Amino acid sequence: MDHPLSELLKSALGDAISQVTLFRDEVTLHTSRERILDVLTHLRDVQQFDMLTDETCVDYYPREPRFGILYQLYSIPRNLRVRVKVMLSEYDASLPSAVPVYRNANWLEREIYDLFGIHFEGHPDLRRILLPPDYPGHPLRKEVPIAVEENAFSFNRARIDAAKPYATE
Amino acid sequence: MGLEQKLGDMGIVTTSLEKVVNWARSNAIWPMLFGLACCAIEMMSAQAPRYDLSRFGMELMRASPRQSDLMIVAGRVSRKMAPVLRNLYDQMPDPKWVIAMGDCASCGGVFNNYAIVQGVDEIVPVDVYVAGCPPRPETLIDGIMKLQEKIRREPLKKWQ
Repeated sequence: MDHPLSELLKSALGDAISQVTLFRDEVTLHTSRERILDVLTHLRDVQQFDMLTDETCVDYYPREPRFGILYQLYSIPRNLRVRVKVMLSEYDASLPSAVPVYRNANWLEREIYDLFGIHFEGHPDLRRILLPPDYPGHPLRKEVPIAVEENAFSFNRARIDAAKPYATE
Repeated sequence: MGLEQKLGDMGIVTTSLEKVVNWARSNAIWPMLFGLACCAIEMMSAQAPRYDLSRFGMELMRASPRQSDLMIVAGRVSRKMAPVLRNLYDQMPDPKWVIAMGDCASCGGVFNNYAIVQGVDEIVPVDVYVAGCPPRPETLIDGIMKLQEKIRREPLKKWQ
């Protein structure tokens, strides 16, 4: 808690911040999905964090709440970085979209929806961005198996041929 | 090339139609100009002066599938790219051949995951598999020469 930014932000944002963690001079603000837009708006307008570097998701399965949504913010005038984190339950994986605050969150949230299946309320165009539109499931969730072909590199052509589809003319 | 000795006095050479057509097809294979990943860099190198693919009559990369005979799948095919690749294959006129260049196109390679097709033979019929990650230009040239040998062996009844 000895980083100058952490105390300042905690006093300015008040009860919207449940916890501030400091790791190797990186400040992380933990907040709730009800207050996330207030926190982001305050950071953008008052604290001059004018750039959303990245928005991403972590699957902490089997912990509950399972998903962590991370916002990496950068202030160009102050040359400071801060991370905002929201934890989400597996059974109610939705939160307000950050597009009204940071417009580049549009594609980042589409990617999170595509790969993790998180629903963003109020997103203008929430559909898949990287995978084909008819792809089943959300492959970066931890219940999805890592490998598609279980017997790859087994050099057992009979087993591979039995499971593998082949194209014809 | 010794042809004048075969001509004799009559100026005529006799051979089978099969051999002539296969000779013409195998020595002017026009590959399609497209690459998907790092294997495409080796494919470009194979056409460049140092390895000079044009020695074997297949330097003419066509940017349109309607003018090509050979599809060199150079790189990993993602599941989103798969319908595009099949569409290009369907637009090529017969007869047509496919080379799966590199491990990713042959069997998925190291990318055994949700995003990559586990071998391009799942979506198009492959004639020659070229191993390597990525294959050196000599390996690709060897694969194309293997394909030439295969075309020269094609019997008449299999023509399309």
